Amino acid sequence: MSLPDNLPRMDRRKAMQWMLRATSTLAVRDPNAFAADAPIKAKGYGPDPSMVTIYKPGDVWPLTLTEPQRRTARVLCDVIIPADDTSPSASAVGVPDFIDEWISSPYPAQAGDRRIILDGLKWIDEEAMRRFQKTFADLTLEQQTAICDDLATGKPKDKKAVSFFKRFRDLTAGGYYTTPEGMKAIGYVGNVPSATFDGPPVEALKHVGLA
Amino acid sequence: MPVITADKLQSNYDVVIVGSGAGGGQTAYTLTMEGVKVLMIEAGRTFDPATEVAMLQLPSHAPLRGEKTPDKQYGFHDCSINSGWEIPGEPYTNANPQPEKQFKWWRQRMMGGRTNHWGRISLRNGPYDFKPRTRFAAGFDWPIGYEDIAPYYDKVEMLIGVFGTNEGLENSPDSSPGVLQPAPKLRVGELYAQKHGKKVRAHIASIHRAVLTKPQDADTLPAKLHPGNAKAQNILADHMRTRSPCFWATDCHRGCSIRANYDSQTVHLRPALATENLDILPNAMAREVTIDKQGKATGITFIDKTTGREGHAKGRVVVLAAGAMESVRLLLNSKSNLFPQGIANSSGKVGKYITDSVQSSVSAHIPAFEGMPIHNEDGAGGPHAYVPWTLHNQNRKGELGFPGGYHLEFTSGRQMPSLGVVNGIDSRAGSPSVLFGKKLKEEARRFYGCQLGFGAQGTMLPNDGCFTELDPEAKDQWGIPVLRFHWKWTDAELNLVKHQQQYIREILEAMGGKVSKPETDPAKAIKQGGTVIHEVGGAIMGADAASSVTNQWSQTWDVKNVFLADGAPFASTADKNPTLTIMALAWHMADHLMDEMKKGNI
Repeated sequence: MSLPDNLPRMDRRKAMQWMLRATSTLAVRDPNAFAADAPIKAKGYGPDPSMVTIYKPGDVWPLTLTEPQRRTARVLCDVIIPADDTSPSASAVGVPDFIDEWISSPYPAQAGDRRIILDGLKWIDEEAMRRFQKTFADLTLEQQTAICDDLATGKPKDKKAVSFFKRFRDLTAGGYYTTPEGMKAIGYVGNVPSATFDGPPVEALKHVGLA
Repeated sequence: MPVITADKLQSNYDVVIVGSGAGGGQTAYTLTMEGVKVLMIEAGRTFDPATEVAMLQLPSHAPLRGEKTPDKQYGFHDCSINSGWEIPGEPYTNANPQPEKQFKWWRQRMMGGRTNHWGRISLRNGPYDFKPRTRFAAGFDWPIGYEDIAPYYDKVEMLIGVFGTNEGLENSPDSSPGVLQPAPKLRVGELYAQKHGKKVRAHIASIHRAVLTKPQDADTLPAKLHPGNAKAQNILADHMRTRSPCFWATDCHRGCSIRANYDSQTVHLRPALATENLDILPNAMAREVTIDKQGKATGITFIDKTTGREGHAKGRVVVLAAGAMESVRLLLNSKSNLFPQGIANSSGKVGKYITDSVQSSVSAHIPAFEGMPIHNEDGAGGPHAYVPWTLHNQNRKGELGFPGGYHLEFTSGRQMPSLGVVNGIDSRAGSPSVLFGKKLKEEARRFYGCQLGFGAQGTMLPNDGCFTELDPEAKDQWGIPVLRFHWKWTDAELNLVKHQQQYIREILEAMGGKVSKPETDPAKAIKQGGTVIHEVGGAIMGADAASSVTNQWSQTWDVKNVFLADGAPFASTADKNPTLTIMALAWHMADHLMDEMKKGNI
């Protein structure tokens, strides 16, 4: 993209911000810019898929979020599940791709979530624009958290946005804790073949007064 | 003799079996080990548990994190393919539009049938379970008693490998000494329930499940199972030696590529094929039992699903083990001038008296488990403990308002997280807002594994409102008439569920549990008919030809060379899961079948 040359009163940095904002605004507001709004035409995996194959989102049906939507989703995922000293963030383990897979699913059970999440991502960007004149992804963590705090406490009048946040949180957390890193983070240490099963360790028994 | 295609059928077999699940598998095993030439017809494709079962895959390796879809109705990694409540091209109907009067029918179209994905819970029916009429003045007494089947329970348990303990309980029988595999250690939640459940008289014991906890004793078991039959002993010993004990990971519903748990192929069909007395024809949808002018069965007409062509398999004897409802459908569809209402139906009882386990569940948050030290409690891929039914005295006095009882199965623990792992976390954490960020991660860790619940499986005696018949119009994709179901709960089931709901709550509260979602209306708490996938009956055994479809040998009264080997002959549902009893009855039936063949009676 080349910058317009008739911008004498704007410096280059301001012009860039203006352009980005205009682009994001267009992406959020123009329904034609939402490739993701098209109905899902893909097929499912059928009644006899290989169960042993390791699949990634996008392997069975195409992902449909647009780049601006993905950007918003990615950042929202990490506000919900940030990295900490011992475990990575949601986006670091591919949760945004899972959410994209989920809302791009050809199955009827996910169709409702598709609507909720596409509308919700739009809402959250509009809210970011309204309050901070930037898309959600471009806000500071404090600003993002402020919007999420409102959603988490049910403050916005738009109750659809409130239920979007709850649903997005559930999918993000569920998507995260079903990865190897997420399982470690929650404290699941199974799925390890072993010669014996020794029962609960003594510290677990002590914890509940059984030893 | 191997897995074949329709063009490789032999001109005649001693026995044609329809269905490759628990009943068909056990029948084929028993017969072929004794030299009987058997053809097995299976509607589904071949399936190789060694290479097709997802053992260590994570939800993140599956589309949609492995959640249920219309294509995989028990989840992506569940060992079921081409299976479900609704299968395209294979409809069934319900006479009544109200959900509580409907029956849902699970079909499992794959080699090994439903044995691929069951929970491996293997409880014996007790003496009372065979005699509900005598004991409760309701339902029908079976024409056999526990003592008739006890030796077959022992044999099946030795063959398939069942862990558990003998508890000396009333109506939850012990196995003979040396039969059971060692029970695994209980998990912390199971031990905690065992301690605190005592306050409300809940006896919590090791459950019995068809999972090997140590190598099978290939040196002595084969001789016990096949005395005097060296060939059978050698084959079985070889196959037992190829089974590994549990490696203490992987939910059993996924199947088992190391052969630690029982499925029909691993335990029954591999040795049966090794006898070279068994042909298996997959992808063949049975249409009807063919009958000669004398009213004897001559074989099975089937649709070869690979070509769409109709074929016929000839046999001296036909054994239906297609799943209780599918076998009923076959009987009803086998119409001729001799049998205009289908075969074995002179009593008009084919399709009648369907029962299912009466199930409801309750779960709770157990605060004592919060912040539990991290440890691995995968164990044997399913429950290690259960709550057997012990309130026989109250029942004897008629204080409970229902016949029989129920057992409770644990649904809990630090299991592999699924997509819903944090569901309900906000209220559990006492948070009025939706948790996110650092706090969410802390609370997820603190509350993980704190849910503990019980699912109850209860007695159902037959009633006149639960039956099936041919739909007068609807047909499947091959033009075969389909079943139409009728379903009706009686006060007995609703009272039972009410008791389940109260009693589970008492146990959970005795553990300090915060019980979620109290449901006081039993009609809402009860699981829909068929959804437990324990449906049995429809061709019940009985004392005489006027009131039942088969005799005590699961042999139809009307057509002496037609036998049933699935749940269809069950005259009622006990407070136990049906699979072990299906296998024991199949072995019992097959022994009789061979006697009759030897005597020249069939």
